[in-house]
Amino acid sequence: MSLPTVADDAFELGGKTFRSRFILGSGKFSLDLMQTVVAHAGTEIVTLALRRANVGGPGNILDHIPAGLTLLPNTSGARNADEAIRIARLARELTGGNFVKLEVIPDAKYLLPDNAETIRAIEVLAREGFVALPYMQPDLVAARAMRDAGAAAIMPLAAPIGSNRGLTTRDMIAILIAEIDLPIIVDAGIGRPSEACEAMEMGCAAVMANTAVATAGNVALMAEAFAAAVAAGRLAARAGLGRRLTSGAEASSPLTGFLRN
Amino acid sequence: MQVNGEPMSRGQATTLAAFLEAADFVAARVVVERNGAIVPRAAYADTPVGDDDVLEILFFVGGG
Repeated sequence: MSLPTVADDAFELGGKTFRSRFILGSGKFSLDLMQTVVAHAGTEIVTLALRRANVGGPGNILDHIPAGLTLLPNTSGARNADEAIRIARLARELTGGNFVKLEVIPDAKYLLPDNAETIRAIEVLAREGFVALPYMQPDLVAARAMRDAGAAAIMPLAAPIGSNRGLTTRDMIAILIAEIDLPIIVDAGIGRPSEACEAMEMGCAAVMANTAVATAGNVALMAEAFAAAVAAGRLAARAGLGRRLTSGAEASSPLTGFLRN
Repeated sequence: MQVNGEPMSRGQATTLAAFLEAADFVAARVVVERNGAIVPRAAYADTPVGDDDVLEILFFVGGG
Protein backbone atom coordinates (compact mmCIF):
# COMPACT_ATOMS: atom_id res chain seq x y z
CA MET A 1 0.00 0.00 0.00
CA SER A 2 1.38 3.43 -0.92
CA LEU A 3 0.96 6.26 1.51
CA PRO A 4 -1.09 9.22 0.35
CA THR A 5 1.04 12.34 -0.06
CA VAL A 6 0.39 16.04 -0.08
CA ALA A 7 1.38 16.11 -3.74
CA ASP A 8 -1.45 13.83 -4.87
CA ASP A 9 -4.10 15.92 -3.18
CA ALA A 10 -5.18 18.17 -5.99
CA PHE A 11 -8.47 20.01 -5.86
CA GLU A 12 -10.58 20.35 -9.01
CA LEU A 13 -12.92 23.18 -9.71
CA GLY A 14 -14.43 24.19 -13.00
CA GLY A 15 -12.06 22.00 -15.00
CA LYS A 16 -8.97 23.46 -13.32
CA THR A 17 -6.68 21.75 -10.83
CA PHE A 18 -5.53 23.57 -7.71
CA ARG A 19 -2.97 22.64 -5.07
CA SER A 20 -3.87 25.36 -2.60
CA ARG A 21 -7.18 25.09 -0.77
CA PHE A 22 -7.04 28.60 0.59
CA ILE A 23 -8.96 31.17 -1.45
CA LEU A 24 -7.95 34.74 -0.69
CA GLY A 25 -10.25 37.74 -0.83
CA SER A 26 -8.49 40.87 -2.02
CA GLY A 27 -10.54 43.53 -0.23
CA LYS A 28 -9.55 45.88 2.57
CA PHE A 29 -5.79 45.89 2.15
CA SER A 30 -3.37 48.00 0.19
CA LEU A 31 -2.63 47.14 -3.42
CA ASP A 32 1.05 47.54 -2.57
CA LEU A 33 0.77 44.51 -0.27
CA MET A 34 -0.98 42.31 -2.82
CA GLN A 35 1.98 40.41 -4.23
CA THR A 36 3.49 39.76 -0.80
CA VAL A 37 0.19 38.64 0.68
CA VAL A 38 -0.57 36.36 -2.27
CA ALA A 39 2.89 34.81 -1.97
CA HIS A 40 2.51 34.19 1.77
CA ALA A 41 -1.00 32.81 1.27
CA GLY A 42 0.22 30.42 -1.41
CA THR A 43 -3.20 30.97 -2.92
CA GLU A 44 -4.13 30.12 -6.50
CA ILE A 45 -7.56 31.78 -6.49
CA VAL A 46 -8.16 35.45 -5.67
CA THR A 47 -11.56 37.12 -5.50
CA LEU A 48 -12.30 40.57 -6.92
CA ALA A 49 -15.22 42.97 -7.08
CA LEU A 50 -16.48 45.00 -10.04
CA ARG A 51 -17.13 48.70 -9.56
CA ARG A 52 -17.49 51.90 -11.58
CA ALA A 53 -14.08 52.90 -12.88
CA ASN A 54 -12.43 56.18 -12.05
CA VAL A 55 -9.59 57.76 -13.96
CA GLY A 56 -6.09 58.06 -12.56
CA GLY A 57 -5.63 56.64 -9.07
CA PRO A 58 -3.05 54.17 -7.77
CA GLY A 59 -3.23 51.73 -10.68
CA ASN A 60 -5.53 48.78 -11.11
CA ILE A 61 -5.66 45.70 -8.92
CA LEU A 62 -5.06 43.52 -11.98
CA ASP A 63 -1.61 45.08 -12.22
CA HIS A 64 -0.82 43.73 -8.75
CA ILE A 65 -2.08 40.15 -9.00
CA PRO A 66 0.58 37.73 -10.24
CA ALA A 67 -0.06 36.08 -13.60
CA GLY A 68 -1.31 32.53 -13.53
CA LEU A 69 -3.72 32.95 -10.62
CA THR A 70 -7.36 32.20 -11.21
CA LEU A 71 -9.47 35.33 -10.89
CA LEU A 72 -12.75 34.83 -9.09
CA PRO A 73 -14.94 37.92 -9.56
CA ASN A 74 -17.80 38.23 -7.12
CA THR A 75 -21.20 39.77 -7.80
CA SER A 76 -21.20 41.91 -4.68
CA GLY A 77 -23.67 44.74 -4.94
CA ALA A 78 -26.26 42.52 -6.62
CA ARG A 79 -29.58 42.52 -4.81
CA ASN A 80 -31.35 40.05 -7.09
CA ALA A 81 -30.61 37.42 -9.72
CA ASP A 82 -30.77 39.80 -12.67
CA GLU A 83 -28.16 42.13 -11.18
CA ALA A 84 -25.90 39.19 -10.36
CA ILE A 85 -26.20 37.87 -13.91
CA ARG A 86 -25.37 41.31 -15.31
CA ILE A 87 -22.25 41.61 -13.13
CA ALA A 88 -21.14 38.06 -13.97
CA ARG A 89 -21.31 38.72 -17.70
CA LEU A 90 -19.39 41.99 -17.37
CA ALA A 91 -16.75 40.34 -15.20
CA ARG A 92 -16.29 37.54 -17.71
CA GLU A 93 -15.62 40.07 -20.45
CA LEU A 94 -12.86 41.52 -18.28
CA THR A 95 -11.22 38.35 -16.92
CA GLY A 96 -11.60 36.28 -20.03
CA GLY A 97 -12.35 33.45 -17.57
CA ASN A 98 -15.62 31.87 -16.57
CA PHE A 99 -15.37 31.66 -12.77
CA VAL A 100 -17.87 33.71 -10.76
CA LYS A 101 -18.64 33.86 -7.05
CA LEU A 102 -22.34 34.55 -6.91
CA GLU A 103 -23.44 36.88 -4.15
CA VAL A 104 -27.03 38.03 -4.10
CA ILE A 105 -27.53 40.16 -1.02
CA PRO A 106 -30.72 42.15 -0.51
CA ASP A 107 -30.04 42.64 3.20
CA ALA A 108 -27.71 45.51 4.03
CA LYS A 109 -27.56 44.99 7.78
CA TYR A 110 -26.39 41.38 8.07
CA LEU A 111 -25.31 40.90 4.43
CA LEU A 112 -27.15 37.59 4.34
CA PRO A 113 -27.66 36.04 0.91
CA ASP A 114 -30.93 35.34 -0.88
CA ASN A 115 -30.72 31.63 -1.65
CA ALA A 116 -33.76 31.59 -3.97
CA GLU A 117 -32.48 34.42 -6.17
CA THR A 118 -29.04 32.83 -6.15
CA ILE A 119 -30.50 29.58 -7.48
CA ARG A 120 -32.20 31.56 -10.26
CA ALA A 121 -28.90 33.20 -11.21
CA ILE A 122 -27.09 29.84 -11.28
CA GLU A 123 -29.70 28.40 -13.66
CA VAL A 124 -28.97 31.15 -16.17
CA LEU A 125 -25.21 31.39 -15.74
CA ALA A 126 -24.47 27.66 -15.74
CA ARG A 127 -26.22 27.40 -19.11
CA GLU A 128 -23.90 30.16 -20.36
CA GLY A 129 -20.83 28.17 -19.34
CA PHE A 130 -20.00 29.90 -16.09
CA VAL A 131 -18.30 28.07 -13.24
CA ALA A 132 -20.84 29.29 -10.71
CA LEU A 133 -19.74 29.31 -7.07
CA PRO A 134 -22.67 30.45 -4.94
CA TYR A 135 -22.23 32.16 -1.59
CA MET A 136 -25.17 30.87 0.41
CA GLN A 137 -26.97 30.57 3.69
CA PRO A 138 -26.19 26.96 4.66
CA ASP A 139 -29.40 25.10 3.95
CA LEU A 140 -29.58 21.57 2.56
CA VAL A 141 -32.67 22.10 0.41
CA ALA A 142 -31.21 25.23 -1.19
CA ALA A 143 -27.84 23.55 -1.70
CA ARG A 144 -29.50 20.67 -3.55
CA ALA A 145 -31.32 23.15 -5.77
CA MET A 146 -28.03 24.95 -6.45
CA ARG A 147 -26.36 21.68 -7.36
CA ASP A 148 -29.26 20.78 -9.68
CA ALA A 149 -29.09 24.24 -11.26
CA GLY A 150 -25.44 23.64 -12.19
CA ALA A 151 -23.33 25.10 -9.38
CA ALA A 152 -19.68 23.98 -9.43
CA ALA A 153 -19.32 24.19 -5.64
CA ILE A 154 -21.31 25.39 -2.66
CA MET A 155 -20.01 28.26 -0.54
CA PRO A 156 -21.88 28.36 2.78
CA LEU A 157 -21.26 31.22 5.18
CA ALA A 158 -19.69 30.50 8.55
CA ALA A 159 -20.86 33.79 10.03
CA PRO A 160 -21.91 37.16 8.59
CA ILE A 161 -19.49 38.69 6.08
CA GLY A 162 -16.60 40.53 7.65
CA SER A 163 -17.57 39.53 11.20
CA ASN A 164 -14.58 37.27 12.05
CA ARG A 165 -16.96 35.32 14.28
CA GLY A 166 -16.02 31.83 13.17
CA LEU A 167 -17.97 28.65 12.44
CA THR A 168 -21.32 29.70 13.87
CA THR A 169 -23.12 27.53 11.27
CA ARG A 170 -20.92 24.48 11.92
CA ASP A 171 -23.75 21.92 12.17
CA MET A 172 -25.46 23.07 8.98
CA ILE A 173 -22.18 23.04 7.07
CA ALA A 174 -21.56 19.48 8.30
CA ILE A 175 -24.89 18.45 6.76
CA LEU A 176 -23.88 19.97 3.40
CA ILE A 177 -20.54 18.12 3.51
CA ALA A 178 -22.34 14.85 4.21
CA GLU A 179 -25.09 15.22 1.64
CA ILE A 180 -23.90 17.33 -1.29
CA ASP A 181 -21.53 15.76 -3.79
CA LEU A 182 -19.84 19.04 -4.69
CA PRO A 183 -16.89 20.84 -3.11
CA ILE A 184 -18.08 22.69 0.01
CA ILE A 185 -16.04 25.87 0.42
CA VAL A 186 -16.62 27.90 3.56
CA ASP A 187 -16.93 31.56 2.66
CA ALA A 188 -17.41 34.47 5.03
CA GLY A 189 -17.10 34.89 8.75
CA ILE A 190 -14.00 32.82 9.41
CA GLY A 191 -11.90 34.92 11.78
CA ARG A 192 -8.99 32.75 12.88
CA PRO A 193 -6.71 30.14 11.36
CA SER A 194 -7.97 27.60 13.94
CA GLU A 195 -11.49 28.04 12.54
CA ALA A 196 -10.27 27.51 8.99
CA CYS A 197 -8.46 24.42 10.19
CA GLU A 198 -11.62 23.08 11.81
CA ALA A 199 -13.63 23.68 8.64
CA MET A 200 -11.09 21.63 6.72
CA GLU A 201 -11.05 18.89 9.39
CA MET A 202 -14.82 18.65 8.95
CA GLY A 203 -14.31 17.88 5.28
CA CYS A 204 -14.62 21.20 3.49
CA ALA A 205 -12.82 21.24 0.15
CA ALA A 206 -11.41 24.73 0.68
CA VAL A 207 -11.75 27.84 2.80
CA MET A 208 -12.05 31.42 1.69
CA ALA A 209 -11.06 34.36 3.86
CA ASN A 210 -10.59 38.07 3.39
CA THR A 211 -11.38 40.19 6.42
CA ALA A 212 -9.60 37.87 8.86
CA VAL A 213 -6.40 38.40 6.89
CA ALA A 214 -6.92 42.04 5.96
CA THR A 215 -7.66 43.17 9.53
CA ALA A 216 -4.78 41.23 11.11
CA GLY A 217 -1.85 43.04 12.68
CA ASN A 218 0.45 41.71 9.97
CA VAL A 219 -1.48 40.86 6.83
CA ALA A 220 1.17 38.75 5.11
CA LEU A 221 1.94 36.69 8.23
CA MET A 222 -1.74 36.05 8.81
CA ALA A 223 -2.13 34.95 5.18
CA GLU A 224 0.61 32.41 5.79
CA ALA A 225 -1.00 31.31 9.07
CA PHE A 226 -4.25 30.66 7.22
CA ALA A 227 -2.48 28.70 4.51
CA ALA A 228 -0.81 26.50 7.13
CA ALA A 229 -4.07 26.01 9.03
CA VAL A 230 -5.98 25.06 5.89
CA ALA A 231 -3.25 22.61 4.90
CA ALA A 232 -3.19 21.09 8.40
CA GLY A 233 -6.95 20.70 8.48
CA ARG A 234 -6.91 19.06 5.09
CA LEU A 235 -4.26 16.57 6.20
CA ALA A 236 -6.33 15.80 9.29
CA ALA A 237 -9.45 15.19 7.21
CA ARG A 238 -7.54 12.84 4.92
CA ALA A 239 -5.99 11.07 7.89
CA GLY A 240 -9.33 10.64 9.64
CA LEU A 241 -9.71 12.10 13.11
CA GLY A 242 -9.17 9.81 16.08
CA ARG A 243 -12.20 8.74 18.06
CA ARG A 244 -13.47 10.78 20.98
CA LEU A 245 -14.48 9.19 24.30
CA THR A 246 -17.81 10.29 25.74
CA SER A 247 -16.49 9.71 29.25
CA GLY A 248 -13.51 8.38 31.15
CA ALA A 249 -9.98 8.02 29.86
CA GLU A 250 -7.78 5.55 28.07
CA ALA A 251 -4.08 5.55 28.86
CA SER A 252 -1.75 6.15 25.95
CA SER A 253 1.07 4.32 27.71
CA PRO A 254 0.93 0.67 28.69
CA LEU A 255 -0.15 0.46 32.35
CA THR A 256 1.32 -2.91 33.21
CA GLY A 257 4.84 -4.24 33.38
CA PHE A 258 6.61 -2.30 36.10
CA LEU A 259 5.29 -0.94 39.40
CA ARG A 260 1.98 -2.79 39.39
CA ASN A 261 3.21 -5.94 37.68
CA MET B 1 -23.14 61.42 -22.88
CA GLN B 2 -23.96 59.84 -19.56
CA VAL B 3 -20.89 58.09 -18.08
CA ASN B 4 -21.14 56.18 -14.80
CA GLY B 5 -24.20 58.15 -13.87
CA GLU B 6 -22.71 61.58 -14.60
CA PRO B 7 -22.95 63.80 -17.66
CA MET B 8 -19.68 63.84 -19.58
CA SER B 9 -18.54 65.29 -22.89
CA ARG B 10 -17.21 62.91 -25.49
CA GLY B 11 -15.06 65.72 -26.88
CA GLN B 12 -13.88 64.92 -30.38
CA ALA B 13 -14.17 61.17 -29.87
CA THR B 14 -16.43 59.23 -32.20
CA THR B 15 -15.38 55.74 -31.14
CA LEU B 16 -15.32 54.11 -27.75
CA ALA B 17 -11.57 53.48 -28.02
CA ALA B 18 -10.92 57.16 -28.71
CA PHE B 19 -13.17 58.26 -25.87
CA LEU B 20 -11.53 55.93 -23.33
CA GLU B 21 -8.09 57.17 -24.30
CA ALA B 22 -9.06 60.85 -24.24
CA ALA B 23 -10.78 60.45 -20.86
CA ASP B 24 -7.78 58.63 -19.40
CA PHE B 25 -9.40 55.26 -18.81
CA VAL B 26 -7.07 52.28 -19.24
CA ALA B 27 -8.87 50.32 -21.96
CA ALA B 28 -7.19 47.04 -21.03
CA ARG B 29 -8.48 47.31 -17.45
CA VAL B 30 -12.12 48.26 -18.00
CA VAL B 31 -15.27 46.67 -19.30
CA VAL B 32 -17.92 48.87 -20.89
CA GLU B 33 -21.67 48.61 -21.07
CA ARG B 34 -23.11 50.87 -23.77
CA ASN B 35 -26.85 51.51 -23.58
CA GLY B 36 -27.24 48.38 -21.50
CA ALA B 37 -25.23 46.03 -23.74
CA ILE B 38 -21.72 44.77 -23.01
CA VAL B 39 -19.21 45.98 -25.59
CA PRO B 40 -16.78 43.17 -26.47
CA ARG B 41 -13.31 44.36 -25.57
CA ALA B 42 -12.05 43.65 -29.08
CA ALA B 43 -14.70 45.98 -30.49
CA TYR B 44 -13.81 49.26 -28.75
CA ALA B 45 -12.26 50.75 -31.89
CA ASP B 46 -15.31 49.87 -33.97
CA THR B 47 -17.94 50.98 -31.46
CA PRO B 48 -19.34 54.46 -32.17
CA VAL B 49 -20.15 56.83 -29.30
CA GLY B 50 -22.73 59.61 -29.57
CA ASP B 51 -24.12 62.32 -27.33
CA ASP B 52 -27.16 60.25 -26.39
CA ASP B 53 -25.21 57.21 -25.28
CA VAL B 54 -25.25 55.91 -21.73
CA LEU B 55 -21.99 54.24 -20.72
CA GLU B 56 -21.09 52.24 -17.66
CA ILE B 57 -17.32 51.85 -17.39
CA LEU B 58 -16.30 49.30 -14.79
CA PHE B 59 -13.09 47.83 -13.43
CA PHE B 60 -11.97 45.42 -10.75
CA VAL B 61 -11.25 46.49 -7.21
CA GLY B 62 -10.31 44.49 -4.14
CA GLY B 63 -13.20 42.48 -2.76
CA GLY B 64 -14.12 39.25 -1.07
